[in-house]
Amino acid sequence: MSEKQKNRIDRRFARLRADGRKALVTYIVAGDGGLESTVPLMHQLVASGSDLIELGVPFSDPMAEGPVIQKGHERALEHKASLRKCLELVKEFRQRDADTPVILMGYANPIEKMGAEQFADAAADAGVDGALTVDLPAEEAGPLNKLLGERDLRNIFLLTPTTSDERIESIARLASGFVYYVSLKGVTGAGHLDPESVRTNLARIRRFTELPLCVGFGIKDGASARLVSEHGDGAVVGSVLVSAIGEAADAAAAKDSVAALVGEIRTALDR
Amino acid sequence: MSDQGAIDFSAFPDASGHFGPYGGRFVSETLINALDELQAMYARLKDDPEFIAAFDYDLAHYVGRPSPLYLAERLTEAAGGARIWLKREDLNHTGAHKVNNTVGQALLAKHSGKSRVIAETGAGQHGVATATVAARLGLKCAVYMGAEDVKRQSPNVYRMKLLGAEVIPVQSGSKTLKDAMNEAMRDWVTNVDDTFYIIGTVAGPHPYPQLVRDFNSVIGREARRQSLEEFGQLPDALVACVGGGSNAIGLFHPFLNDAGVKMYGVEAGGEGLATGHHAAPLNDGVPGILHGNRTYLMEDEDGQIIETHSVSAGLDYPGVGPEHAWLKDIGRVEYVTADDEEALDAFRRLTRTEGILPALESSHAVAYALKLAATMKRSQNIVVNLSGRGDKDIFTVAAIDGIEV
Repeated sequence: MSEKQKNRIDRRFARLRADGRKALVTYIVAGDGGLESTVPLMHQLVASGSDLIELGVPFSDPMAEGPVIQKGHERALEHKASLRKCLELVKEFRQRDADTPVILMGYANPIEKMGAEQFADAAADAGVDGALTVDLPAEEAGPLNKLLGERDLRNIFLLTPTTSDERIESIARLASGFVYYVSLKGVTGAGHLDPESVRTNLARIRRFTELPLCVGFGIKDGASARLVSEHGDGAVVGSVLVSAIGEAADAAAAKDSVAALVGEIRTALDR
Repeated sequence: MSDQGAIDFSAFPDASGHFGPYGGRFVSETLINALDELQAMYARLKDDPEFIAAFDYDLAHYVGRPSPLYLAERLTEAAGGARIWLKREDLNHTGAHKVNNTVGQALLAKHSGKSRVIAETGAGQHGVATATVAARLGLKCAVYMGAEDVKRQSPNVYRMKLLGAEVIPVQSGSKTLKDAMNEAMRDWVTNVDDTFYIIGTVAGPHPYPQLVRDFNSVIGREARRQSLEEFGQLPDALVACVGGGSNAIGLFHPFLNDAGVKMYGVEAGGEGLATGHHAAPLNDGVPGILHGNRTYLMEDEDGQIIETHSVSAGLDYPGVGPEHAWLKDIGRVEYVTADDEEALDAFRRLTRTEGILPALESSHAVAYALKLAATMKRSQNIVVNLSGRGDKDIFTVAAIDGIEV
């Protein structure tokens, strides 16, 4: 195994590529539905066909989220979830799953509060594989990027339909693991996909990076996941899962609906 | 005080929007392009003689500038020390300094060709000022306001509706100003093609802290000139309230290079600093990242933003403009507090001694100026930014007095 492929994200994408399969990236908010239900939900995501897990780190002011994921953050905060708790949950997840990549997706302030270096150390120690910090664009990401890189952790960046070629080029130099393409102008869970725009933008991004390209925002089911993965390397699904967790009567019901949703998307991607 | 003599304050923010370690641009990638466009447009227009002339014309003929510098003789007598001068931003059209900025940003919106403006508002002053300029220019206008503030500030909600704006109550989070700002950002991300976001304070991602400051700096430029005319020298001290900090930076900025002028930013002490129920991040907060910039914040041990408290809705914000954060660290401005009780006391004293009803926000500045004046010589001069009028607050004050209006 090459040095580069020690990281679970790199390993996972290498295997998917070898198998000719598309990646299914699933997002839930840590602590949503109760702190004790998060690790069982993560295992369920994997069992139902998720290749990578994005674990949302709850924040009081999740500026880029639509109403569904905002509510997920609010519910998680009521259960006293925090960045520290997220790291503990990943550690617990790792006791039974040594392979599935876990990415912490959140906002800059909880990391700033913990201290970027302490965060990078704790993330590496807990078995986290990468971070996606929504409000840390390339201009401000340098210090955290370096700290993560030194610990063989990946730093996932967002690219959008409005990102210029020059910016794609400079972001591609910082990005690692994979690139998260935001398919539409808007917040999470919004709007409808424009397949033509996804196709042309992914082709544009492909000129600047060899990294896997995963598409998120606006992916609601197997059909939309399949549509975007035709042009990219994978699909990210979040709001539908967070919505199901929010509506579930209890932890068992949440697990069941998440299993059904992820299973359906997996089947569509593998068809 | 560190070697501030070496600093040219007019050179900040730097090219990437930083004031020392503060400011910057902490937003999702989706907004970067819109911010780049805004920055490029502002860089092109800010020194353009035609743009400056249009702005000056609107300030003179629509806002009613210059606002007077008024010697508050009976208030001075009551304080028993330095002379207290009031910079009368309360006399502006719409009743506060906020309109200086909305007139400027409306001109930018017009240049951008966008047909819709959005704003966040706490007390409703910035919302009213935005709805006002939108009505004048025939732009569609949506104002985000925390659901709690909609209840607390119903007269301003109705004013905005009369002006043709849609007022959208925000139900998320603490249902106050910070949540209104989150929601306005979300709207902007979604409708970035046709929408111009008029931010109301010197916070947010670069270039907002800079352009909101620049538009409000007319306050300080006038005060500087008026001081020389009225008492033949620069003031010994400037005092202004600080929520996000737009009226304060507007007064302070043109004096920052005058090392002899002392400056005091007055944060909302709420029920008292010791109680934790306040809105004073510069006095009792820590640096963090919120709403697109690094600055001092009120937060808990996990980095979650906490709810603030002030009798004045306009100061009820857990962050503060990044330039203030920097001015605090380098010691150029001293940031102090006035609590709810002191502000209410100052509200009543100014009303009774001068016949001027100040906004509760501005009352915090008056409260501190009274204390400060008493420690200074009678020959010295303090300029207080009377940033807004208090008509909007009479219901709040009446409720505290147990009176039904």
